[in-house]
Amino acid sequence: MLADQDRIFTNLYGLHSPGLDVAKKRGAWDGTKFLLEQGRDWIIEEMKASGLRGRGGAGFPTGLKWSFMPKKSDGRPHYLVVNADESEPGTCKDREIMRHDPHLLIEGCMLACFAMGAHACYVYIRGEYVAEKHALQKAVDEAYEARLVGPNNVHDYPFDIYVHHGAGAYICGEETALIESLEGKKGMPRLKPPFPANMGLYGCPTTVNNVESIAVAGTILRRGAAWFAGLGGKNNTGTKLFCISGHVNTPCNVEEELGITFRELIDKHCGGMRGGWDNLLCSIPGGSSVPLVPAEQIIDAKMDFDTLRNLGSGLGTAAVIVLDKSTDIVGAIARISYFYKHESCGQCTPCREGTGWMWRVLTRMAEGRAQKREIDMLFEVTKQIEGHTICALGDAAAWPIQGLIRHFRPEIEKRIDRYSANPHSDPVPMAAE
Amino acid sequence: MANRRLAPASEQPESFAFTQENAEWAKHQIAKYPEGRQASAVIPLLWKAQEQNGGWLPQKAIEAVAAELGMPKIRVLEVATFYTMFALEPVGRFWIQLCGTVPCDSCGARELKGMLEKRLGPPGHVSADGNFSWLEVECLGACCNAPMVQINQDYYEDLTPESLSQLMDDLAAGRPVKIGSQTGRTSSEPQGGANTLTDETLFDGSRVGAWRKRFEQAKEGEGAEATTPPAKTGEAESATQQAATAPRPAKPDAGRPVERTASDAPAQRAADGEEPVKPEDRADAAERGQSIAKHGSARPGDADALDSPAKRVAEGEPAAGEESRQELPGRDIPPPPPEATGASEAVEEKLDSAPEKK
Repeated sequence: MLADQDRIFTNLYGLHSPGLDVAKKRGAWDGTKFLLEQGRDWIIEEMKASGLRGRGGAGFPTGLKWSFMPKKSDGRPHYLVVNADESEPGTCKDREIMRHDPHLLIEGCMLACFAMGAHACYVYIRGEYVAEKHALQKAVDEAYEARLVGPNNVHDYPFDIYVHHGAGAYICGEETALIESLEGKKGMPRLKPPFPANMGLYGCPTTVNNVESIAVAGTILRRGAAWFAGLGGKNNTGTKLFCISGHVNTPCNVEEELGITFRELIDKHCGGMRGGWDNLLCSIPGGSSVPLVPAEQIIDAKMDFDTLRNLGSGLGTAAVIVLDKSTDIVGAIARISYFYKHESCGQCTPCREGTGWMWRVLTRMAEGRAQKREIDMLFEVTKQIEGHTICALGDAAAWPIQGLIRHFRPEIEKRIDRYSANPHSDPVPMAAE
Repeated sequence: MANRRLAPASEQPESFAFTQENAEWAKHQIAKYPEGRQASAVIPLLWKAQEQNGGWLPQKAIEAVAAELGMPKIRVLEVATFYTMFALEPVGRFWIQLCGTVPCDSCGARELKGMLEKRLGPPGHVSADGNFSWLEVECLGACCNAPMVQINQDYYEDLTPESLSQLMDDLAAGRPVKIGSQTGRTSSEPQGGANTLTDETLFDGSRVGAWRKRFEQAKEGEGAEATTPPAKTGEAESATQQAATAPRPAKPDAGRPVERTASDAPAQRAADGEEPVKPEDRADAAERGQSIAKHGSARPGDADALDSPAKRVAEGEPAAGEESRQELPGRDIPPPPPEATGASEAVEEKLDSAPEKK
């Protein structure tokens, strides 16, 4: 188990005040000026050396992302946009950072902006997080008052931070959709290239980072890349907030080292599996958009990017959804399909039409009202959607279904058999829509 | 996609204007964004309009926001219909949004849904007393505290049908309610208290500044150690070397789950002892007699390797004409038919006459 001294989010549960004075005692804003004096290149090099991979789902190295920003401004301002549109089902970590440790985030924004030559930062909070918006705004106001940020701050680096509030669209978690939304449009993803680092918000160089990736920056720079890289495993360094939900005894958020095993994570922090380990059916280890992993494969797997990828799944946002044997697994994946149908922005045809189609077929399969050959057809359709859309929502809608078919095909077939064993007045439909 | 339309004309109010206070607030919001980018404030302004109008957004409010921001009405209408938190039809005084996505669904959201259906009727329908309306929504991001609902702006977590019903009674009667977890949790810590973050030194300020030691030590060490620049080697060589011991993917896979353990980078292939692609191999791979170069002329690199018409022209061969075509079977000559008695002579005749037709 990770030692308390190595935890970055020391007020994760809100047992202490999020206010500035108390946050300073916990180590926020400690020597920020000193860190800035080390220079832009030093900050980026440290972030690269720490091996920090983006915490928003894709796991792209954060330091590398920062280094993509132009070194010199061509007259256009640079922007940092913080993605606090946390809507991946299962994920509830950024919320805790914003309402309990907001000063770590604000400090991280300042450091990141300095490293990228940006003077303005927008934090895009999802619409549902009203209380979190107020909490963060309060912290921002405190920081302005203490002249930690603002045009004339004690750090001698003009920096403004603004809190922007969304209105409930999962797709705005995609970086280019988020930029569109921030510009006052529908949140429809843009084609890349041009990448945001060249043409982002208002056509200016922009970097979009997840809340957690930014909020850990201050601590990493203070304690050193070597400290962070020493936690976790090779290529999967550092600590990570895990959000464990579903059928465990005590679901919770917890900061742990990457590479902790699934079993240890659940036993140490979540009071164990509901009904014991034999009751585990499967887990969705990285938010709803990654394929599920059946019990025997996940139970002793390391929770990190590479291990889970090799299991045909992914760490994603480290939102671990645990499902026990009482779960209607086909129905659960059908529910995830409904989520993507609801959240598809409608821009690309494969996703707009495909998500609804997959949901309709899966809903029938959950009842067993389907033909067995439709299973292969469904798999084929997921492959047609995957990779054929502008953003990754199409992929995210396809993967859970692929995971289901890969691991639970006998379950689907059993339901079809059970349904067809009984007489029905309606003929069994076939997907031809 | 959600299918969202404006409320019918009979429910639309005659007019809408921001109150003085809200208009001031709007100006403050617009000032957050750069000059000429006031459209960015469209979502905050729509929020305010919705709040002022009792929780839903009429057509007139959308138009008022468009006028305020100097945007075409259709652009604001687009935004209002795209984002699902803008209610386009009247809602109850307490607008209950029930999270029904998988983490909540697996922890009892279905029971809550059943209770709401029984008590309030179908979703989207305002109860007779005007107090409640409800809707099943997608993940609200409080999954460690499932199941949960959002009522107006507040989250109520760790619910059961009984506690939600009680909560609704309290709200309707105007009694004070507890926002957040209904089972006594502070936030998302494990029920019964966490076994982490118990070290007092994290909170009393005694660890502030401890990290500076690292920099001081580095500074002291700087004078003693003469820094030698690392020996320069060929980049390709070192990449090949590294690939042999630590394979890395050729490009980031953006977190996509792919089932492969080894990487497929050129450096890796070289390290595995695979022959690199040579021009001769490329020539073999290409179809002989056909140039792959565009516009009929081979690229300088291709001319050496490929047996292309362009190359042959360059080497003084006659251009493709009657002569060269005769080497190939004529396309307009039918293939010899199977031998059949009686008809063979006629076929031969036809074959002889075929080239003359040209």
